[in-house]
Amino acid sequence: MVDKTAQSGGEAAAEPPDTTPAQADERIREVSAMTKILRRPELGAIAGLILVTVFFLITANANMFTLAGIMNFMAPAAQLGILAIGAALLMVGGEFDLSVGSMVAFAGLVFGTCLVVLGIPLPGAIVITFIVAGAMGALNGQIVLRTGLPSFIVTLAFLFILRGMTLVGLKWATGGSTQLRGVKEAVEGSWLAGFFSGDALEGLFAWFASMGWVDTFKNGLPKVQGVPVEVIWFVIFAAVATWVLVRTRFGNWIFAAGGDANAARNSGVAVNRVKTILFILTACCAALVAILTVLDAGSTDARRGFQKEFEAIIAAVIGGCLLTGGYGSAIGAAIGAVIFGMVLIGLTYTTIDQDWYLVFLGGMLLTAVLFNNFIRKRATGER
Amino acid sequence: MTDNSSTNGASNGAANGSDVLIDVRDVVKHFGSVIALNGVSMAVNRGQVLCLLGDNGAGKSTLIKTLAGVHKPTAGEFRVEGRAVDFNSPRDALDAGIATVYQDLAMIPLMSVTRNFFMGREPVKRLGPFRFINFDEADKTTREEMQKIGIDVRDPQQAVGTLSGGERQCVAIARAVYFGAKVLILDEPTSALGVAQTSMVLKYVDQVRNKGLGVIFITHNVRHAMAVGDRFTVLNRGKTLGNFARDEINMDELQNLMAGGKELQQLSASLGGTV
Repeated sequence: MVDKTAQSGGEAAAEPPDTTPAQADERIREVSAMTKILRRPELGAIAGLILVTVFFLITANANMFTLAGIMNFMAPAAQLGILAIGAALLMVGGEFDLSVGSMVAFAGLVFGTCLVVLGIPLPGAIVITFIVAGAMGALNGQIVLRTGLPSFIVTLAFLFILRGMTLVGLKWATGGSTQLRGVKEAVEGSWLAGFFSGDALEGLFAWFASMGWVDTFKNGLPKVQGVPVEVIWFVIFAAVATWVLVRTRFGNWIFAAGGDANAARNSGVAVNRVKTILFILTACCAALVAILTVLDAGSTDARRGFQKEFEAIIAAVIGGCLLTGGYGSAIGAAIGAVIFGMVLIGLTYTTIDQDWYLVFLGGMLLTAVLFNNFIRKRATGER
Repeated sequence: MTDNSSTNGASNGAANGSDVLIDVRDVVKHFGSVIALNGVSMAVNRGQVLCLLGDNGAGKSTLIKTLAGVHKPTAGEFRVEGRAVDFNSPRDALDAGIATVYQDLAMIPLMSVTRNFFMGREPVKRLGPFRFINFDEADKTTREEMQKIGIDVRDPQQAVGTLSGGERQCVAIARAVYFGAKVLILDEPTSALGVAQTSMVLKYVDQVRNKGLGVIFITHNVRHAMAVGDRFTVLNRGKTLGNFARDEINMDELQNLMAGGKELQQLSASLGGTV
């Protein structure tokens, strides 16, 4: 008897799919354009960017938003941004890396030692730095994945281990100092140096100057000679990371691994491989920042990258990443980093005490988390 | 007892011999000193719904995880379409056409319907050296497949978290069917659902059976089992308590078997652990 009703019910269901939609719809409101916008994870970051821009347009010296002023805040924003994008991808993948700041110092040590102490040419030094950093990232990842410990704890341990190893290593390399100098001299004349230090697009800016499109000095040279090379790296990396995350299979697997590792595994996603790659990527981001800043400064020291792990994670959160993983945006993290750069440098263009920077940092983080939680509930219909 | 019931199952399967999709004989699974499965036998045929019943701890989860490639059996025979198989990962089971829909682990709420639907098997488009997900095609397919089961997904980019529990189960089942599953394992698909949503899922299970797939339907609920089941396998304490065709048993008997079997086991345990 029960059987019959089920069977007939089944047949009835098979036939009227044309009519059911209309009826199934009645309780689902049309998705408004507003909801679609609210659904974008980077919304908070864009709102924050507008807010901060307006704030400085009002309070800051007009020089801040000249071409030179923009390059001024984009350089530190780019350095943080490269770390933040790596951190964001890892957070979307459901893990943290608190060791990126220390990794910058450690990679700086490896890079400096290769160049100055071991006398390895620049290309070799860069390759070795990436390999060592990547190996440390893989180690982080393997410990997290094999033990099942929270990545928070494992990478917190590495925050101290790497910082300590940097101190010890620097003293060994320099014979007692915590600063290793002589990098500029070591890379003199290397064809690769231009990709990692100085300005890029200089020809373009000279041409702009000759056309009278940018401010020039009296001798006809442009006031801004080019775009700092880290900004180029940052923009390219932001674009590639966003494309990978949103449009590719690997990106979908990052979301899946962070959203629910078990469900992803059951659907055939190679969760451990995805997470390991992300740990390696994050470490390589730190290595890139180390190379850029060490070449820029001409030296490396033990405090390099200090507390950058927190700034990177904050930028990622401002950019819309959830602390629980599975949701976030690479471009959002990039915008978050630009907000940081604007505030850090922008305050020097105002009469405001620069130490408000830290207050701002904390306030921004809190606001972003509250805002993101609210938006996520609205957008995903979470109950 | 076990012997008797397994021959019972085999004779029934023999009626349409080549239609046996999954054949499990005397599967044993140990976790260290714990014996989770102690000789389980069952068979699933094409176009049939096998209901797997049993109380908590009966070994249902271990059994389906073994079928799904999550666990490797300690001993016993496991054949898919007549071939002996040895799965090393859930991926192997998927490739062999065995898809499992887990009760609460099927979908990722924060991801869109499309991203969930194609998770792990995204349609890829090439453009020179670049490969990316073909979202136009993915969205279109998702909408069409959902339409077929009477769920209108207006916007396939909406998060799965916005769907009801029944709809989520249906999306998960539709996904498995779309990707060519021959056998669907449904792990308590109705246990967290209301009446209307349960009937939505049961209707869809019936639709899937009519397509010629084999379904293993795990449930606590005898009523839901009787509504769609063709065959019933009752598990208790890691053993097959019985295999029955639909006309061999009624709802009360099935209910008593699930409950009474337990009393029997407790009794036998108190009498010295022998059956």
